Amino acid sequence: MTQLAPISARRRRTDVAMRGLLGAGTVLALVPLVLVIYYLFHKGLSAWSKDFFTTDPNGNFLGYPGGIRSAILGTIEIVALATLISVPIGIGVGLYLTEYGKESKFANVVRYFVDVMTGVPSIVFGLFVYIVLVLARTGGSTFAGWKGAVALSLLMLPIVVRSSEVVLLLVPGSLREAALALGAPRWRVVTRVVLPTSLSGLVTGALLAVARGAGETAPLLFTVAFAQTLTGNLNGSMNSLPIQIYNDIQSPRAEVVTRAWGAALTLVLMILLLNLIARAASRRSRLG
Amino acid sequence: MNPETDTKNKDATDVSSPDQPAGQPQQTAEPAQRAPSETKRAAHSVTVENLHAYYGGQESIKGMSIKFPANEVTALIGPSGSGKSTVVRCINRMHEEIPGARAEGKVMLDDLDVYDAKVDLTAVRRAIGMVFQKPNPFPTMSIFDNVAAGLRLTGTKSENLRETVHKALRGVGLWGEVKNRLNEPGIGLSGGQQQRLCIARTIAVEPEVILMDEPASALDPVSTLKIEELVEELKERYTIVIVTHNMQQAARIADTTAFMLDGELIEHGPTNKIFTTPEDERTERYVTGKFG
Amino acid sequence: MDASVSTVQGGRSVLERSPLHRLPDRVLQWGLSALAAGVLVLIAYFFIRLIGQSSTAFGHVGFLNFFVRNNWDVSQLQDGAACATAGNAGCTFGAWALLLGTVITSAIALVIGVPVAIATALFVTELCPRRFRGALAILVDLLAAVPSVVYGLWGVFVLIPDLKGFQQFLADTFSFLPFVGGTVAGPSYFIAGLILAIMILPIVSAIAREVISTVPSEHKEAALALGATRWEMIRIAVLPYSRAGITGGAMLGLGRAIGETIAVVLVIGNSPKLGEQIFSQGYTLSAVIANEFGEAASTPVYRSALFAAGLVLFVLTLLVNIIARRYVVRSTAGKRMAADVVAPEAPAGAAA
Repeated sequence: MTQLAPISARRRRTDVAMRGLLGAGTVLALVPLVLVIYYLFHKGLSAWSKDFFTTDPNGNFLGYPGGIRSAILGTIEIVALATLISVPIGIGVGLYLTEYGKESKFANVVRYFVDVMTGVPSIVFGLFVYIVLVLARTGGSTFAGWKGAVALSLLMLPIVVRSSEVVLLLVPGSLREAALALGAPRWRVVTRVVLPTSLSGLVTGALLAVARGAGETAPLLFTVAFAQTLTGNLNGSMNSLPIQIYNDIQSPRAEVVTRAWGAALTLVLMILLLNLIARAASRRSRLG
Repeated sequence: MNPETDTKNKDATDVSSPDQPAGQPQQTAEPAQRAPSETKRAAHSVTVENLHAYYGGQESIKGMSIKFPANEVTALIGPSGSGKSTVVRCINRMHEEIPGARAEGKVMLDDLDVYDAKVDLTAVRRAIGMVFQKPNPFPTMSIFDNVAAGLRLTGTKSENLRETVHKALRGVGLWGEVKNRLNEPGIGLSGGQQQRLCIARTIAVEPEVILMDEPASALDPVSTLKIEELVEELKERYTIVIVTHNMQQAARIADTTAFMLDGELIEHGPTNKIFTTPEDERTERYVTGKFG
Repeated sequence: MDASVSTVQGGRSVLERSPLHRLPDRVLQWGLSALAAGVLVLIAYFFIRLIGQSSTAFGHVGFLNFFVRNNWDVSQLQDGAACATAGNAGCTFGAWALLLGTVITSAIALVIGVPVAIATALFVTELCPRRFRGALAILVDLLAAVPSVVYGLWGVFVLIPDLKGFQQFLADTFSFLPFVGGTVAGPSYFIAGLILAIMILPIVSAIAREVISTVPSEHKEAALALGATRWEMIRIAVLPYSRAGITGGAMLGLGRAIGETIAVVLVIGNSPKLGEQIFSQGYTLSAVIANEFGEAASTPVYRSALFAAGLVLFVLTLLVNIIARRYVVRSTAGKRMAADVVAPEAPAGAAA
């Protein structure tokens, strides 16, 4: 019987060992995810109640410390404003890069710096806005909700620009050419052909940026003064989920810490929801 | 890398008696389990029995049986899509690396079925080497390291590597061109040289059979001729199966030729016969250029 | 010339229409260009203002001293007068301990996070059965969806108490190593580094996955055809090819670790004295800003020192990102969101 030269036991062992190691590494990577989600539910669900979502965190000193209504609404307001600022500008810059700038030197410089911007720590954006808007008392106030929104929009802008550019590039050149050949001016091509075709991709990118912005604490620390009650005043102090959690973590009271867990669970679920919707939107995309 | 002080054959293409520099006995790469003589190699044949190959649900080889005689060059010819590459990839069990692909049947290396459940996959590939259509030297390795790549896998020590690598390079006629730059990157060579490098890499591990999937189709005519000369020499030591869409090539170098169409073996016989007096009408139409 | 003939060529009528017709085009083009330029100007402006605001502190303590002196002791500041007479050295705001803290925590994050990220990337692209690949990749990426404050929360109330024993065990077993040993308080460089590792894992893994999946299959096949085992194929064909891209990915992860604030400030202990071991409490540049901002707001020189720390962070992350970009070239034609593809080192005329 013909014998094939067998591979040495050592090689076989190494192969099995390394494959096991890589698998173990993957499991290791997922352990924190599982643990975080577990604890969020385990410790956070107990905080959830009707009061939790309908009262502000200015509860009694002893007894029920209050819910997170102002935090949720504050986050929604601030993030909504940040989205209104960053998404149109971001898509605009993306349009510039794909339709006009293309591979020109200027466009490449813009691209480079937008890329670099994605690496800037969020706390630095907070500092930027603090210096330029808070210290300068722009708008007649020091800290204000809208200034926090500006800081968040700085953070979200490069994300929107990058994802928009990718999506806009997916629109086939032939579509643009067809429109131009029909006699449409460039701006019509952009508004009637390019934007509608890439819409769901643009929405996806925007949603992902929003998901990122909603979770940020550092930019808000320096720009928005903490308010416990529902103020609804973007030109004054406001509450927000990340700041609420951040403060509650440092409290000595167990009920407050539980509230932090409940708030964290709320925040994570909001972000997951945004991610899910973003994924669904990208699946319905007519491109790529 | 010091050039060998071998004055006998600097650009040797003589592969039947490998050089033995003074004082260094030939080292075998793997312990035991090989035929005792290294210079006159045992003859190995490959027999395919009722092979079926699938890509997902689609059957691309429909029950093929063929014997590839030892120490001969067998050419597989046929139009695109006839399954030539698939058959060859089934022999060294590379076909199953494609997601969703599988094969059924037997492929006998002498009297061992490589598809037998007890057989180790990597051992099969060690014994049955493959040269690909597009030269694929490892881009991050030097010329020397490329040839040595397969040997290093079996833990051959560095002193022993030199011998075998030089021999392999001589065996493919590349030695003269690269002996002074063995440390340079493999991808710095021309296309034809790269392909010969890949062949050197394949023969360095001393397989029993060499499969070649259109090895010269990406090369210029001069390089193609060199590869063909090489194949002629290699058959003295190996059994060679070569897939080619170039019928003149088959006519030049193959002892036996097999014609395939739509996943089936239509005709198989001495090359001369296939090209001058084929038995099947379809073969005749193909070799006279009426289709394909 | 018959004026009623108008041949449309390339979108423009041969008969000229009024220049007003082109106005919206011009407006759009210049508007968008201005927007793009505005972004650049904005970054530059912020940079300059930040430098301006930091200058007070640099002036007070001396530019070099900010980096090399280890005396971040704010209590010294109360006596304005005593501080001034202490000579040019400045009595506080030497941020050496902070700088070192940033370096240490980032290093720990890299040491723990990068190998695990590479392992998951290799597993997902090369070893995992195909139907699980998508799900696994999504799960690893989900780590990035958790906000840093939530990681901080988890770190404070789960990781620190649960790992205290483990940290002590490590400290005792490996006490022969430098910087290991001592009694573990709870918050430490190590815990901060661990959480940072978890936070950079998704970025490094995603980039590594991208890079590994672009290894041409012909190289992998060449290795397999030589009789390599799966792992050997990864070792000789996949890893060498992906080295540059993975390095770039690791550097981007490093940039993230350097700048991360909230999770770190919650778990590192915020002690301005340089910790003796990695299991001691410590401080980082980012943590000091978040932690002491409230106090500093009313004292200009204190505030300025925090800005200086922010400036250093900014410049550091900028540098790291710039270097990382050399390894990871962005593919503008890519179909992937935030795609980063390696630029292979191919010599001229290669057939690769």
